[in-house]
Amino acid sequence: MTDVAALAEPRDLEQVRARRSALVKGARGAFWAAFCALLLAFPVIFPNPTVTSIAVFTVIFMTAATAWNAFSGYSGYIALGHAAFFGTGAYTLAVISTDIHMAPGYGVFSLVPLGGLVAAAAAVPIGLIALRTRRHTFVVLTIAIFFIFQLLATNLSFTGGSSGEATPAPAWSAGGYNDRFYYAGLVCLAVAVAVTLLIRRSRFGLQLLAIRDDEDRAAGLGVAVTRVKLVAFVASAFSVGMVGALYAYFLGQIYPQFAFDPLFDLSVALMAFLGGLGTVSGPLLGALLLEPLQQYFTLQFSASDLYLVVYGALFLAVILFMPRGVVPTVAGALAARRERRAERGRA
Amino acid sequence: MTPLLEVSGVSKSFGGLRALDNCSIAVAEGEIAGLIGPNGSGKTTLFNVITGYVRPDSGTVAFRGLPVPAASPAGVFRLGIGRTFQITRIFGRLSVMENMLVATQRHESWWRSVARSAASRAERGRAAELLEFVGLARFAGTPAGRLSYGQRKLLELAYVLVADPAVVLLDEPAGGVNPTLVNEIAERVRELNRAGKTFLIVEHNMELVMSLCHRVTVMHQGAAIVSGPPEAVRADPRVLDAYLGGEDDELVGAGGDARG
Ligand SMILES: Nc1ncnc2c1ncn2[C@@H]1O[C@H](COP(=O)(O)OP(=O)(O)OP(=O)(O)O)[C@@H](O)[C@H]1O
Ligand SMILES: [Mg+2]
Repeated sequence: MTDVAALAEPRDLEQVRARRSALVKGARGAFWAAFCALLLAFPVIFPNPTVTSIAVFTVIFMTAATAWNAFSGYSGYIALGHAAFFGTGAYTLAVISTDIHMAPGYGVFSLVPLGGLVAAAAAVPIGLIALRTRRHTFVVLTIAIFFIFQLLATNLSFTGGSSGEATPAPAWSAGGYNDRFYYAGLVCLAVAVAVTLLIRRSRFGLQLLAIRDDEDRAAGLGVAVTRVKLVAFVASAFSVGMVGALYAYFLGQIYPQFAFDPLFDLSVALMAFLGGLGTVSGPLLGALLLEPLQQYFTLQFSASDLYLVVYGALFLAVILFMPRGVVPTVAGALAARRERRAERGRA
Repeated sequence: MTPLLEVSGVSKSFGGLRALDNCSIAVAEGEIAGLIGPNGSGKTTLFNVITGYVRPDSGTVAFRGLPVPAASPAGVFRLGIGRTFQITRIFGRLSVMENMLVATQRHESWWRSVARSAASRAERGRAAELLEFVGLARFAGTPAGRLSYGQRKLLELAYVLVADPAVVLLDEPAGGVNPTLVNEIAERVRELNRAGKTFLIVEHNMELVMSLCHRVTVMHQGAAIVSGPPEAVRADPRVLDAYLGGEDDELVGAGGDARG
């Protein structure tokens, strides 16, 4: 039954493939090393405060898109209420730092992880309710819960209502002011990426992907689906809450409509979609492309809503031409080319 | 001796339709039990009740003499009852190997499942063995969505076996599969049965049922009407009635008198 010649050929092909995949791995490692170095050195290379301010927002959105993807990208549940966690983080920092009269300075950064924790705590009951539903119902429910949060921020007494809440203003010199927030943002980003990598490589992540493909089938194979979804949801809320807190400190003053911004989820989801759902690099790329664009529009045309038109057009383009997003499309094309080369190399 | 799996007096209605009507069946340890019946007689619904996908209106399911948790597919699977679906359900965007690993059972908390890799060397080895067993080893890295229909059936069988369930429920394993693969599947089932595994098989391919099963139960309109060795069931007039009655329904529309 076994044909010796037929067996020998694939082995050759395997060797060619293995050699190439080692090359690819090396190239990928080098790319990520360069990418990290660039992120770290960015404020040194571009010290202009206008540029570093854009960089702070970009790092915040890279983190948020990565965290959003860690849940929605891997589970297939599209959540559009993560602004509730962003706002919760923002208000956690603003309210606590004001109430205990925190001295402006580095100490306030310690409230950033606390913002993440409070957002994560809020995500537990929300997840328990919303994750009972699926698909469209889930999407609508997350939006509804978000609006409840926005309403609460406007109407509760300790949030300062519609006049908002101020955060301590540090007396750092204008030159390096943004840099502190930028590096704090990088730490948050590192946390969000680490969480994503843990999910991607673990058994937990495999279960999450199985839920994405067929939740009932996964349950029928012993996967504790509710628990898996909830843990991913809460982990995602944690990172978003952290950058929410950082955002509040960076702005110095927050208002309900900005901390709980319905467009937040639109931006974050578009970033993840554009780059590629369920990939590590996709949301990073998406945020790197879109957030500076939005900031540029805001600065250049002082029409802060103009970017919505661009976003809408981009959304359409992505769905029509690259439904899987940039990273999976390009990776697929590269893999196909490698495969062809390997075939040819063997011939 | 208590049967390995025992369904007693299970009923289930969908709206006005009585899909299961006081249905009782038993499967003994070590046998290959067959379940046949005309289309719509409730076979798949019975599988759904046993495996926790559908909550029965009344009746009980017992495994090794103990009640099976209702409406908990994960709980039922962990007890040792595995199943495949009439229309195969695989994880299309995961690789064939990853499909296998989803079914691997571990008793660990969620935080350990985050910290640990998708599978240990031993778990991978076991999964690879089973892929070899069903002849899918060379597709280990392929996205499962690219497999042919018959290959998906084999994959579903293989990943159910990963957890080493005591009894496996197969819903039409030969449906829509080419004859060579049907023989392949039958051979795998026999081999596993010789090693001690129990099967309950729903199948329309009578030749296969009669040659494979030790005992056959016939369902009709939601109830189990006859149960016995294949030859006896084949000769039973009630079975003929059930099938002919069903056909009459389709042909004439009313067809009540055919059953007398
Ligand atoms: N979820 C459901 N909702 C409504 N009706 C259902 C549902 N599941 C099954 N039914 C109905 O219950 C009856 C029994 O269906 P079931 O699938 O159990 O039959 P079956 O014996 O498996 O048939 P087949 O041989 O065609 O697979 C059918 O009339 C079917 O339409
Ligand atoms: Mg059926």
